[in-house]
Amino acid sequence: MRALLLRDLRLAFRSGGGFGLGLAFFLILAILVPLGVGAEGTTLGRIAPGILWVGALLACILSLDRIFALDHEDGSLDLLATSPLPMEGAVAVKALAHWLVTGLPLTLLAPGLGVLLNLAPAGYPWLVLSLLLGTPTLSMVGAFGAALTVGLRRGGLLLSLLVLPLYVPTLIFGAEVVRRGAEGMALATPLALLAAISLGAAALLPFAAAAALRVNLR
Amino acid sequence: MSIWEYANPKKFMATSAWALPWAVGLTVVCLVVGLVWGFFFTPDDYKQGSTVKIIYLHVPAAMMAINAWVMMLVASLIWIVRRHHVSALAAKAAAPVGLTFTLIALVTGALWGQPMWGTWWAWDPRLTSFLILTLFYFGYMALWSAIENPDTAADLTSILCLVGSVFALLSRYAVNFWNQGLHQGASLSLDKEENVSDVFWVPLLVCIAGFVLLFITMVLLRTRTEIRSRRLQALLARERVA
Repeated sequence: MRALLLRDLRLAFRSGGGFGLGLAFFLILAILVPLGVGAEGTTLGRIAPGILWVGALLACILSLDRIFALDHEDGSLDLLATSPLPMEGAVAVKALAHWLVTGLPLTLLAPGLGVLLNLAPAGYPWLVLSLLLGTPTLSMVGAFGAALTVGLRRGGLLLSLLVLPLYVPTLIFGAEVVRRGAEGMALATPLALLAAISLGAAALLPFAAAAALRVNLR
Repeated sequence: MSIWEYANPKKFMATSAWALPWAVGLTVVCLVVGLVWGFFFTPDDYKQGSTVKIIYLHVPAAMMAINAWVMMLVASLIWIVRRHHVSALAAKAAAPVGLTFTLIALVTGALWGQPMWGTWWAWDPRLTSFLILTLFYFGYMALWSAIENPDTAADLTSILCLVGSVFALLSRYAVNFWNQGLHQGASLSLDKEENVSDVFWVPLLVCIAGFVLLFITMVLLRTRTEIRSRRLQALLARERVA
């Protein structure tokens, strides 16, 4: 498993791995929104939690089809399927690798972009915490969507359509945590629900994704 | 009699051919009676005027939009567990019907909301849930049509249906949390004191029965079409080999 993780990370970080794409997209969004909406501080501050979460989500979608597609093309997915590692484990590791190269950097970058968007100071710890708890779900759900569409030639559009409704609960709870945090309100409930969705997705979705992959490799 | 008998396409075709005229007839009777009664022989609401009559389309369509997904869920489970092809085809056949009901509910809701709420659309929990349901239907149908091998498509869409159901439920309660609703609460519950008045209630029940029958008719019809097209493909394949 560790070898697979290291291999995926190495592939992602090398040139052409698409590592920077999501981050660049997130950065561009955070710069463009104030330019489009206007530089008025209070408006920006109010929409900042939503914008940051939506940005993180879209940046995540950008790189989803890479989770399995390249491995499917060069046949290493078939090797993985026949290896002693159970498919569920391989899926989980793949999702983890995806999170390490997109979700985690996005989380670390987000406070900096929060400054650009004039997020209230009280919101920063909650922004980081909510992204830290929520982005693993994005990767895991994305891995599931990618597993469903891996055999298709141009699955990118379909993949976004499939994962879009699946991302709704995470987005709602995540943005709600940041919004409440920025306004200094009680936020234990959405935070707990966000964590619950993440844990549930991490526990159950590898099985669904592995089942879909097995069907696709049949 | 057990539901498993109908895994045999021949048996299913025979029974559905017998049942279809009955289903069509009952659908027409229920819908005509319910809608005519509802539209022309019920009083106007004292606050909503005649716009209240959209209830006879909106409520049954919304109920069936959700029930269609539940039926797809059950059919997908049967396919995954027992691998009965008719079941997978029935799930496939139900999706466009469910989508249509969802769109009917959304459109009639918007038409009613414009004069009553003063807006076509509000980000209300129920409305948002329905929008998400629409996306699920679209995704499900797109996945069916994107995959060529029918068995692979049936497997993948079933998995999507299972996972999607969980997330649809989650979204349903997540949006509750995020915004207080503009939509009125349930007023048709069987166990509540305060319900919609009987004058509206009885024709509404007839309409609901009509929509249930309409759904059954459409699904039977579409499943029969799917089975026939599958047979046709098998014949064509055989011809190519020969």
